[in-house]
Amino acid sequence: MQTTSAWAPPASVTLRGVSRVFGTGADRRVVLGDVDLVIGPGEVVALLGASGSGKSTLLRLVAGLDRPTSGQILVDDVPVDGVEPRAAVVFQEHRLLPWRTLAENVAFGLPDGTPRAERQEQVTAALSAVGLADFAGFRPRAVSGGMAQRAALARALVRRPGVLLLDEPFAALDALTRLRMQDLVDDLQRTSGATILLVTHDVDEALQLADRVVVLATGEDPAAGAGIAHVVEVPQTRPRDRADPHLAALRAQLLERLGVPSHHSS
Amino acid sequence: MTLAEPQVRPVAPAAPPAARRGRRVVTRAALGLVVPALLVVVWHLAATSGEFSPSQLPTPGAVLAALLELIGRGELWRHIAISVQRVLIGFAVGGGVGLVLGGVIGLSAPLRALLAPTIQALRAVPSLAWVPLLLLWLGIGETPKITLVAIGAFFPVYTTVSAALAHVDHRLVEVGRAYGRSGVRLFLQVQLPAIAPGALSGIRLGLAQGWLFLVAAELIASSIGLGFLLIDSQNTGRTDILLLAIVLLALLGKATDGLLGLAERRLLRRWT
Repeated sequence: MQTTSAWAPPASVTLRGVSRVFGTGADRRVVLGDVDLVIGPGEVVALLGASGSGKSTLLRLVAGLDRPTSGQILVDDVPVDGVEPRAAVVFQEHRLLPWRTLAENVAFGLPDGTPRAERQEQVTAALSAVGLADFAGFRPRAVSGGMAQRAALARALVRRPGVLLLDEPFAALDALTRLRMQDLVDDLQRTSGATILLVTHDVDEALQLADRVVVLATGEDPAAGAGIAHVVEVPQTRPRDRADPHLAALRAQLLERLGVPSHHSS
Repeated sequence: MTLAEPQVRPVAPAAPPAARRGRRVVTRAALGLVVPALLVVVWHLAATSGEFSPSQLPTPGAVLAALLELIGRGELWRHIAISVQRVLIGFAVGGGVGLVLGGVIGLSAPLRALLAPTIQALRAVPSLAWVPLLLLWLGIGETPKITLVAIGAFFPVYTTVSAALAHVDHRLVEVGRAYGRSGVRLFLQVQLPAIAPGALSGIRLGLAQGWLFLVAAELIASSIGLGFLLIDSQNTGRTDILLLAIVLLALLGKATDGLLGLAERRLLRRWT
């Protein structure tokens, strides 16, 4: 396990009145309307919502891959302007470069011009943090989907990001691999104290990993775009028991909010 | 840290022992020679059947004799050398311009809108249509021939590179941006490697088309070269030399394509 010194100090993330509108005229579509959110340093926030609720859009705004139509986003009180170097993104698909080995893909997470020895050392540390030390020379095609996604996680970790942005990172994995990945991220977060913004549509995943679950949904007027519909603090300490009855209660509450009543009666 | 996930080591595709691989290459090469050998036999039988006069269809032996005759006169080497030189220079120029222009147009939507229709229209012009104009503008030296080869080599390279760049997986490009790459560094680290397989097959096509355009150039205006050998032997009734020139074009085209194919395989080993 790498030491905490390998991590940058966790950053805070602040969204002030953030909206994002796509299209103009008749095609105008408000995806996010006036979102305010503060994520403290070292906090894990899960963004939960139905498909199209704007949760990935919000994450892309924090990453600087997209710009808000209005409002402001700050990372550690510095406005995000263009691709944010203090953030690192893990996408739903691993998006490894197929012509590079896993180690070379992880090295892609480092800025160009990192000295060779330092690069080597950091890549090795990141690969062993995700349990892939023995697979450094393999190409993405030669490993399983779960391993490829762990390499993508290592590529993000090697940047020593102030905030780790996870965009449904386990959605494409099989159920068992997904649970292992959740435990891995949980372990890494607890040892490093990293700030994490996790976008997911999986209520259990949100409750397993997050200190706070934020539900994004459209209000009474869908044309005004999605906003924060509900916030749930998860007080249980991590790592959490998946069978914890307290979590079951929160789960029912969140599902209700997402329009899925927990008592499904015919 | 220990992970619960069982560490099953995927089996890397094992390289066959060198000896076995070597034998397989020899076997495949031998198989590829079966049809040419049969063709020579059929050709010989047809030529000696009495159906054709020697001026219509000389025997393989006569063609071989023509080969020795040209070697003896010291002419063969000059014809081959000048043709190969024209192809290589023209291919380098046309392929290089195709790479750069295809790259620029593939990456920039405004430039694509500005230039792509014109280039497509020029592409539709048959190769021979350029010859009179090139002769008029560039005289009868080496320049018009090399220019025609370059025109031939340009289009396949340009087309594959620009099309491949426009279709690079946008998710990989986005990863590049998310990890701080932009401009030239994004191009070199993400887009260029992503299009390498497509660009390489375009480069091979470009070389093949270079040979095609070479013969067009030499048929019409030259006093030396394999294309000249074709037209000259037709005029002097030397069908044996004519057939020899065709065989030589086939062999040279295959040889240069084989060299590029070798380079392509070495490069693509990284991609698969």
